[in-house]
This record gives sequence, C-alpha cells and structure tokens, in this order.
Amino acid sequence: MNSQTEISKQIRMRAQNVDVFYGDKQALKKINLDIAANQVTALIGPSGCGKSTFLRCLNRMNDTIDSCKVSGDVSLDQRDIYSKDVDVVELRARIGMVFQKPNPFPKSIYDNVAYGPRIHGLTNNRHELDIIVEQSLLRAGLFDEVSDRLNSPGTSLSGGQQQRLCIARAIAISPEVILMDEPCSALDPIATAKVEELIDELKDHYTIVIVTHNMQQAARVSQYTAFFHLGEIIEFAETEKIFTNPVEKRTQDYITGRFG
Amino acid sequence: MQLTILIITTLILCAIGFFVGRRRAVSISRQKTKKLHSMPNFHGSYVAMWCAIPAFIIIVLWLALEQQILNALLLAHFGSSIADLDSVQIELLINDVKNIASGSSFGRGKSSDILLNAADHYESLQLTFRASVLAAGLSFSIASFLWAWKRISPTLKARNYVEFAVKVFLFICSTIAIITTVGIVLSVLFESIRFFGQISFWDFLFGSHWSPQTAIRDDQVGSSGSFGAIPLFTGTLTITIVAMLVALPIGLFSAIYMAEFASPRFRKTVKPILEILAGIPTVVYGFFAVLTIAPAIRGFGTELGLTVASESALAAGIVMGIMIIPFVSSLSDDAIVAVPKSLREGSLALGSTHSETIKKVVIPAALPGIVAACLLAISRAIGETMIVVMAAGLAANLTANPLNSVTTVTVQIVTLLVGDQEFDSAKTLAAFALGLVLFVSTLGLNIVALYVSRRYREQYD
Repeated sequence: MNSQTEISKQIRMRAQNVDVFYGDKQALKKINLDIAANQVTALIGPSGCGKSTFLRCLNRMNDTIDSCKVSGDVSLDQRDIYSKDVDVVELRARIGMVFQKPNPFPKSIYDNVAYGPRIHGLTNNRHELDIIVEQSLLRAGLFDEVSDRLNSPGTSLSGGQQQRLCIARAIAISPEVILMDEPCSALDPIATAKVEELIDELKDHYTIVIVTHNMQQAARVSQYTAFFHLGEIIEFAETEKIFTNPVEKRTQDYITGRFG
Repeated sequence: MQLTILIITTLILCAIGFFVGRRRAVSISRQKTKKLHSMPNFHGSYVAMWCAIPAFIIIVLWLALEQQILNALLLAHFGSSIADLDSVQIELLINDVKNIASGSSFGRGKSSDILLNAADHYESLQLTFRASVLAAGLSFSIASFLWAWKRISPTLKARNYVEFAVKVFLFICSTIAIITTVGIVLSVLFESIRFFGQISFWDFLFGSHWSPQTAIRDDQVGSSGSFGAIPLFTGTLTITIVAMLVALPIGLFSAIYMAEFASPRFRKTVKPILEILAGIPTVVYGFFAVLTIAPAIRGFGTELGLTVASESALAAGIVMGIMIIPFVSSLSDDAIVAVPKSLREGSLALGSTHSETIKKVVIPAALPGIVAACLLAISRAIGETMIVVMAAGLAANLTANPLNSVTTVTVQIVTLLVGDQEFDSAKTLAAFALGLVLFVSTLGLNIVALYVSRRYREQYD
C-alpha cells in the first residue's frame, strides 16, 4: 500500500479508513486518501472498483441512497464532514459536483447558472446575479457561445456545451472543491478537449477530484492519481510517477491495458 | 342457425387445413432434396388461412346483404299489386310480412290471405337463401383449401403470405376501433343537425333558459320548450371547478409524497389502495354524495346561516373530486417518477434541500405530464353522469353559487332520454345536441392534453 504518499502541497480534503457498504456488500475498504488544494486528483480503475462511490462520499451524495452506509473519517479543511453538526446543504454548497451525463435543468441557460446563487441567497439584486452568471459562464468557457441566447433552454445546447453549462452551474456558488464523475464520458473528442482545457484552468481557483476511465485524460489533466481496484486504493502518487514508474504491478498492468 | 353451422365448420376446416398442410410440407421436405422455403408451420397456417378467407368474405356479405336481397325478392313476389304504394307503406308492408313469418305478430289469424301467402313465401325464400349461402360458403372454403393444399411445394413462399395476412388482420382490427368512433360521432352529428333544424343553433348555445318540455297539444300550459343550454354549461362548469379544487391539490400532493418521500414499502401498499378508488362504481359515489356529503354540507351551511339546497353543486363537486383523485395522482406520479434521477442529484449537489429540489426542478420538469393529467381529469369530470344525477339535482338554475342546486349537460341527456320517447321531437333530439357539445369539448381537452404532453416533454433518454 502506497496510499500514504506524502503530498508536498497543502491538503484540502482527507479520507481516513473509509468503509462503504451497500447493504451487506462492501464497496470500499479502508480508503486513505489526501486531496491536495488547487490540484487535480484523478481516480482511475476498472468499472465497479468504487471510485464513483468514493467521490460521492466526499460531498455526502451517498446519503440519498438508503442502503448505503459510510464509516471512517472524511474531512474538509480538518473538519469531519460526517459529524452531526455539519449541515449537508452547506457542505454541498462548498463541494460542487459535475456528473457523468450532462444534466441541465429544464430551465433557461441563465436560470440554470442562477439556480445555486438563488437558493443560497448569494446576491441582493438582479445586477449582482447577472454578474455571477456571466462570470461563471466565462470561467466555464461557454459565455461566448451562449451570450446571445441566455434565455433559451439549457437542454437545447449540444452535449459538450451542456456539460460546460453544468460546470458553470457548479462554480456559480463558488465551491472550494469540485467533484467530477467521468465528466467527458458522454462527450465527443472535441468537446472533451474543451472540458479538459477548462479543468486545467479551473485548478487555479478550485480543488478538483475527477473520476475517469480514460487513462490519457488522467495523465493529461491531473497532478495526482489514485488507482482503485476492488474497493481498495492500490496505489496513489504523483500522476507522472504512476504513469511512468508505478510501484505496483497491478497498476502497471492496468495503465498499459493488460486488464480492466 | 346456418350462420353458426358455417362458422363452426370453417373453424374445423381451418384446424384440419393446418394439420394437413403441415403434414404435406413435412413429407415433401423429406422426399425431395430441395429445402422448403418456409417452415412447415407456415405451410399449415397458409392452408388454414385459405380456408378461413372465403368463408369470412361470404359471412360478411351475408350479414350485409341478406335483408336487401330478401326484401327485393319479396317485392318481386307482390309484383305490380303494390306499384301505387309509397316507400313508407312498402316498408310497413314488409314489416308486416316479416312479423307474420317470424310468428311474433298477434294478427296472424286476422291477416289477409295475401299477407299470409307472402309470409309463407318469405319464409321459404329465407330458407332457400340461407341454405344456398351455406352451401356456397362451404364449397368455396373447401375449394380454396384444396387449391392451397395443392400449391404446397418447396418454392411456395408460405411464410411471406402468412405474415402479410397477419398484418392485414391486425390492420382491420385497428380500423374497426377507428370506424366505430367515427360512426358514433356521425350518428350524434346527424341527430344534432335534425335538432338544429327545429331550434336555432345560437338560441341553443347562448340561450339562458332551459325547459325542454314541448307541447303535445296546442293549449297546453308551460310547455313552450326552451332550449337555452347556458344554465347546463354553467352547472357543468361549477361542478367541474369544485371537483378540480378538491382533486388537484390532494391528488398532486399525494403524488409528490408517493414519488418523493414515501418509503418503498409504504408506496407499495398505499398506491394500489389509492387506485382502488378509481374502481368504485360511480353510483356508489353517488350514494356517498347524497347520504353523507350533501346533508353534512347542508348542516354546516345552516350553522353558518347560509341557505344550502339539499342537492347542491358543492356536494356533487366534492364527491366527483374524490372520484378523480386517483386519476390525477396516478398520472402525476408517473410524470414525477419519470423525471430522471440525474436532475435531482444535480440539484442536491448544488446544496439545495429536498423540498427546494422538488419545487424548483422536479415539478417544473414534470409539469407537462401534470398538466396533461389535469386536463384528462377535467374531461373525465365533465363527462361524469351518475354522481351529478344523484347529488346535484335537475333544476337548470343559472347560478355560479355552488350551494344552489344545478344540473349538468350529462344529467339532462339522461333525463331527456329516460322513458318512452318519440325520436323526432325537439326534446329528445336536444339530447343529441348536448351529446355533441360534450363530445366536442372533451375531445378538445384531450387534444390539448396530448399536445401539451408531447410538445413540452423533455427528451430524457
């Protein structure tokens, strides 16, 4: 086990001895992982290895599944996010999430981005809201493409644009961490390239955790990579090290395509 | 009798045809080296099909043409002796003969010899006709059976023919449903046109006084016959509004609870129970309205110092609302459940609460379905008869006060057509005009509902 790799950077989130059960089935076993601030951490591994489950532990989305039980410690800035006095609504406002399939709400582009600021009361008037929406769309690299049709429905955009809209929606409430669950798996190569470029820019402001099935993508966008297999972290290190000189044979086999 | 014989023999022939055809196909495939184009079962079905088709055509023609042919033959029997009768008299004459022949007429003893003669002639005509049709049907069937049986060979594309026949059969079935609908509409339409020949269309649609009694004698009192349907429309509208005020909130909120909050176990038990409400006969709801709700409303109204009619629009509306709750809740529930989980998760991940998610994401996404459910429920309420007959009364009051007794379009149709009626008076024909109005309005609502649910449905895959 090499999951205790020393991270030289500041640590934003830390998972210690995390176990997750779906009913009787154990999905994650004793996961220890540190997530560095303002870096991109990639979670790779074969399907069903628990990487999405782990990601969903980080913003307590697993709470919505009745049969799911999480134990162990997950902390954000040294505070346990599973402790009783943590408000899950506030937590999720601090930890944004982008899903595998673009899921814009059946509202206008503007209202999609304004959704978060509105429910959290981040703005006092329409003008401030306009600024937040514009800023978020700008950061998501979508503003130029949609500036003339902010009132058309979000679902009218192309798949890649929808995904960037979802990213804009997530960053509109200024989260500290953004979780991305295979954000490019439903996109074509060009849209994927745009989203990857965006992820690279976003890491200056946000801490990003990304689940991906695409080895090249992990190599391209991330600074740290964790390799999951059968509910365990096999290896965690700097991305460069994982892809050039992995310690574990299973990691080597997976990234060279020999299994998984 | 002959018809039954023909149907049964055809069915037997079909069964025999299937096995014989199949056997022949199997034995051919054994003898010859060449492979059969179709499986033996298709050859069997092919032969059976050719047994059924001629018989089916003969039966249809028989049912359609028997009366016309027999009538023509009967008239030929009378020959020139009836040349100076008009068409109504001829019709009467034919009816007389038929009644005597079938023995349902009391007048056999008193009838003239000519008629008796004709009746006997008619009976023998009928017998010969049916026997010959039976013979024709059977011989056609057997002939085409033999022909199809002969044709069985490795190159016969039996599968293609059978598949085609299946397609045609299914097409005919679906057309029957459509043709029936068209037939119903036309029959209502023609009677309505007759009604509007007597009463002006505008007087009917915009008149404010409804009193559909037509005078039998000239000197009768109070039988002017006034067909202004506005009181009926307002009555229907009042009751429908009351019903929707009851059904919409309760149905929608219970759907939201079922779809979003209820545990699977609760949902599994309660949802079927709610749907049982939809299976209760409306007459039973009517009892409930008359015996429980109406007196309760009346008592409550009296306490408040209001005058409440013992049969009030409110009572009927409330009970009708209860009746359509399962309708609204079941359809809304489907619409809410159909909203993809990804939208809920997207909203929750932005830090919104469960109820914010429902209010701002789930309900807007499900809105087209919910609107369609409501429109269908409204058209259900407009067409509902039994509850209002029992609970709302017959008085055609022009009022918007739900505490008064009102009457609806459906109730008036029922009362106009109950009992012995002559079918050419304005009174009875008014029922058809009302039926037409009812049909057009519910059809319009259903079309709007379909349009809304299709046009505004988000395409989630």
